[in-house]
Amino acid sequence: MSITEVDFQAHGVEAAQEAAAPVEGRSQWQLTWRRLRGDRVSMIALGVVVLMIVLAIIAPVFASITGHPPNTAYPIQGENAAGNPIGPFTNGFWLGTDSTGRDLFVRILYGARISLFVGVVTTAIAAFLGVTVGLMAGYFGGIIDTLLARLTDTVLAFPYVVLALALAEAFGPSLTIILVLITFFSWAGIARIVRGQTLSIKEKEYIEAARSLGAGPFRIMFLDILPNLLAPVLVVATLYIPQAIVFEATLSFLGLGIQPPTASWGNMLADAQNFYQVAWWYLAFPALFLLITTLAFNLLGDGIRDAMDPRTERLIAARRMRGRRARARKRAGSEGTAGGTGGAGPDTNFPDPVRAPGGS
Amino acid sequence: MALLGYLIRRILTGIVVVWLVATAAFFLFFSRPVSTVARELAGHAATPQVINEVINNLGLNQPKMTQYWHFLNNLVHGNLGYSYFTQESVDTMLKQDLPPTVSLVIGGMILWLVTGIAVGIISATRARSFFDRFSNVVVLIGLSMPVFVIGELLIWLVFQPLYSHGFTWINIGYSGITSGFGTFLGHMILPWITLAAVQAAVYTRLTRGQLLETLGEDYIRTARAKGLSERRVIFRHAVRGALTPVVSQLGVDIGQLLGGVVVVETVFGLGGIGQVSVQAVFQDNLPVIIGFVIIAAVFVVFANIVVDLVYAALDPRVRIM
Repeated sequence: MSITEVDFQAHGVEAAQEAAAPVEGRSQWQLTWRRLRGDRVSMIALGVVVLMIVLAIIAPVFASITGHPPNTAYPIQGENAAGNPIGPFTNGFWLGTDSTGRDLFVRILYGARISLFVGVVTTAIAAFLGVTVGLMAGYFGGIIDTLLARLTDTVLAFPYVVLALALAEAFGPSLTIILVLITFFSWAGIARIVRGQTLSIKEKEYIEAARSLGAGPFRIMFLDILPNLLAPVLVVATLYIPQAIVFEATLSFLGLGIQPPTASWGNMLADAQNFYQVAWWYLAFPALFLLITTLAFNLLGDGIRDAMDPRTERLIAARRMRGRRARARKRAGSEGTAGGTGGAGPDTNFPDPVRAPGGS
Repeated sequence: MALLGYLIRRILTGIVVVWLVATAAFFLFFSRPVSTVARELAGHAATPQVINEVINNLGLNQPKMTQYWHFLNNLVHGNLGYSYFTQESVDTMLKQDLPPTVSLVIGGMILWLVTGIAVGIISATRARSFFDRFSNVVVLIGLSMPVFVIGELLIWLVFQPLYSHGFTWINIGYSGITSGFGTFLGHMILPWITLAAVQAAVYTRLTRGQLLETLGEDYIRTARAKGLSERRVIFRHAVRGALTPVVSQLGVDIGQLLGGVVVVETVFGLGGIGQVSVQAVFQDNLPVIIGFVIIAAVFVVFANIVVDLVYAALDPRVRIM
C-alpha cells in the first residue's frame, strides 16, 4: 500500500477515536481497583479482613455482651466437674472456655487485636525501611549498594527463629521487642525487591529527562521512581502481613512472645496443645481464626497482584486458546503441530510489558 | 580460571557475611550484664564471692574487646567455645545433634520438591482448570498456617487416633536410622509431612508462576513451531528454563531450614540442633546460642554459593562473571 493510503487510514482511526465518547484517563490505581472489584474471591477476602479488623476493634463490646472480660477465669461456670474446659454454647460461653475457664471467644477477639496490630505495624515499618534502603542502593549503586547488599545478606543469613528467641529472652519478651524483631527480619526482603525495581526504572527515559531538567537525586528517587514502586510494594506488604502474624504466633508458641494472661493466638495455641484430647475447641477455634485471617490476607495480596499485572490474564488466556485449538485439531483428527497454525499466537498482539511487579 | 576466580570471590564475601553475623551475635549477647548468667550458674544461695569466681572462670570480667578477640581467635581455629553448664565443647554438641535435623531437612526436601514441582507443572499447563483452582486453595492454606499448627493438627488428627487403636508404626520423637529403617520412617513421616506442607506450597507457586511466564517466551514458540510434541516442549524446554529460580530458592531454604526447623523439632520432640539451641536460649547458655547462629549462617552462605554454581550449569544464559 502507498504512503498516502497509510496516512488516510491513520486519519480514519483518529477520526473514529474523536467521534467516540471522550476517552477518560484512568490511573493505574483506578484500573487496578476496577479489576479487583470484578474478582469475587478478592472481594470476599477484603470483606473478611475488614470484618476481622472491626471485630478486633469492638472486642470490648463482646466482652460486655457476654459479661466475660478476657482475663477473668470462671472456675465454677467455665469448667466441668473434672476441672476441664467446657464446650461451645454451654453456660453462655459461645465457643467454650480455655484451660482456666476463661471465655474462649472473647479471648480470640482480644488475640485478633494483637495479631492484626503486630502484622500491620511491623509491615508498615519494614516497608518504609525496605523502600528507603532499596531505593538508595538501587539508585546510587557503587559502594552504597555493596554495603547495603552485604547488610541485607547478613540479615537474611541469620537463623531468625532462634535469634529472635534469644533476643526476646535477653531483653525480656514484650510487645515492643516483638515488633522490633519482626521488623528487623522483614525489611531486608522488601529492600531487595525495591532495589531490583529501582535498577530497572532508573534506566528509563523519563528519569533521564528529569535529570536533564536539573532534578536532584532525592527528588528523582522520591518523586519520580517511588510512585512506580508503590504497586509492587503494596503487593509484597499485603503478603508480609500474614507472615508477620504467623511469626508472632510462632514466637508466642515457643513461649517468648506475648506473655499470658494477655491473649494472643500463639500463646492460646501453645496452651491448647496440652488439652486437645479433652477440649478440641480450644485448639480448633484459635487455629481457625488464625487460618481465616492469614488466608484472607494472602488471597487479597494475590488478587491485587493479578489485578495489577495484566500479563497474568493474558498468559492464561493464551494457554487456554492454545489448548482449545489443540483439542479442536485432535477432534478433527489432524496431526498438526501445536501452536504453529493461525499465524502468530495471541501473545504477539500485545507489546511486551515491563516485568511483572512483585512476581515471586 | 574465571570460575576459580569467581569461587574465591564468593567464598571471601561469604566469610565476610559469617564474620558480620558472628560479630553482631557476639555484641548482642555479650553486651548484657554479666551477673545474670553467673548468678544462675552459681545457684540460688551463692555468695557474691562465688558469683565473682564464676565470672572470673568464664572470663566475663575481661574487657569486651579482649573477649571479642579471644572469641574470633577461637572461631578461626574452628573452636566454638564450651557450654557454660556441661563444659562440653559446642562443636561436639552441635555435631551430635545434627542427625535429626539433617534427616528432617533432607527427607522433607525430597517430599516437598516432588510434590511442589509436580503440582506446579500440572497447574501451569492446565491453568484455570479444576485441578489448578483446587491446588491453589490447598497451597494458600499451606502458606497461611503456622508450622506448629500443622504439626499439632497432625498429632491430634493422625497420630493420636492411630496410636490409641494400636497402630504404633507412626510415632513421635526421634529414632535414628541405626534402629532400623522402618522405625526411622515411622518416626520421621509426620515431621516430614509437616515441613513439606509449608514448603511445598512455596514451590508449587514458584513453579507455576515461572512456568506460566516461560511458556510465553519466544523460544517456546520456536520449539512449538519446530513441530515438537507438547510434552517435549514442556519438559525439555519450558520446565528447564522455569526451574532455575526454583533452584535458587532451594539454596536459600536449605540453608535457612538447617537453622530454622526449630518449631518442627520442638512439636515432635526430635531433638536436633534447633531444639538444643532453644534450650540454650532458656538457660542463657551463650556459647551454644552463638555457635548455633554461626553454624546456621555458614549453612546459608555455603548453600547460596552451591546454588549459584548449579544455576549457571542449568541455565546457559547465566554467565558467572
